[in-house]
Amino acid sequence: MAEPMKIRASTVGDSTEVKVLMSHEMETGQRKDAKGQVIPAWFIQNVTVTWNDKTVLSAQWGTAISKNPFLSFKFKGGAKGDRITVTWTDNRGDRRTDVAVVA
Amino acid sequence: MIAARSCLALFAVMLAPAVMAQGSTADEIAKYREALQQGNPAELWEARGEDLWKQKRGPKNASFERCDLGQGPGVVKGAYARLPKYFPDVDKVMDVEQRLVYCMTTLQGIPEVEAVKNHFGNGSEQRSVMEALVAWIASESRGATIDVSVAHPKEKEAYELGRQMFFYRAGPYDFACATCHGEAGKRIRLQDLPDLLATKDAQRAYATWPGYRVSQGEVRTMQHRLYDCYRQQRFPEPKYASDGITALTMFLAHNANGGRFDAPALKR
Repeated sequence: MAEPMKIRASTVGDSTEVKVLMSHEMETGQRKDAKGQVIPAWFIQNVTVTWNDKTVLSAQWGTAISKNPFLSFKFKGGAKGDRITVTWTDNRGDRRTDVAVVA
Repeated sequence: MIAARSCLALFAVMLAPAVMAQGSTADEIAKYREALQQGNPAELWEARGEDLWKQKRGPKNASFERCDLGQGPGVVKGAYARLPKYFPDVDKVMDVEQRLVYCMTTLQGIPEVEAVKNHFGNGSEQRSVMEALVAWIASESRGATIDVSVAHPKEKEAYELGRQMFFYRAGPYDFACATCHGEAGKRIRLQDLPDLLATKDAQRAYATWPGYRVSQGEVRTMQHRLYDCYRQQRFPEPKYASDGITALTMFLAHNANGGRFDAPALKR
């Protein structure tokens, strides 16, 4: 159901920069539709990023994160060809995992 | 001495906001755009558009591989920067969306009503095929020089019609496009408005559509930009992918000739 993420990872010096674009509505639960009904909250709750098999980022998100979020971070280490795996889970239990190779 | 200095400083601070408000807002927006340059969500649309282009669709089970955007069947690279243009097979000038509707109806056998359904997307429940396709096609012209011809009589005709539309005043506000976009230094609230008759402004404006609109969370195309301008002018809603919108696009595109195409961009 969920659409693919766009992941970029590149190594500069001794650290690796990871950039992720996720496709998600990120409804806050504060908005109303045309009929005046509250649109239920629907957002990414957990984000995990692993480098090969090691977790390098683990985050708990809430409704303050924008729609179609963009996440960028650096970690020490990483080399060309390593696998970066990003997984998110939302509050409806929907999840998505995508893999990228460090350039 | 210290007292005098701080008094002066206070004076300067009081003067500054009024003078600088507009410039600094534009600067801040520029910084914001720069920060998000590598993370423009429009890329998600581009990826979806590329899939849609290659996918076999419709009753005829055909992809867009034989769709001619003006540079030969299936050629996408640089096509957007040369649209709208005259197409001999239909004997008229078309913009990218009209051409896509044409390809969907002729190549894929999709009825026109279906082809233009959900042309403006609204979240994950109403994904727009058109916006994704246009985002991808436009991205394939990134870096190209805008080069829209008015050599053919029909192209010239569309351009002239577009010019008329640009200056045509009507509606309850007695507005024309030119009311806001025909003079330098105008703005709506804090948003600087481009003078679309000046080459530099016209290039910058035309080169950055389609764009991901942060306020809407959607990629919007030129069709939507013009639809929204007409809405703001309180005109009747223009028909999607109509010859009128193509004519106005022709006027704007040709005025932007020579500019470096750089879309999908990030918009407020």
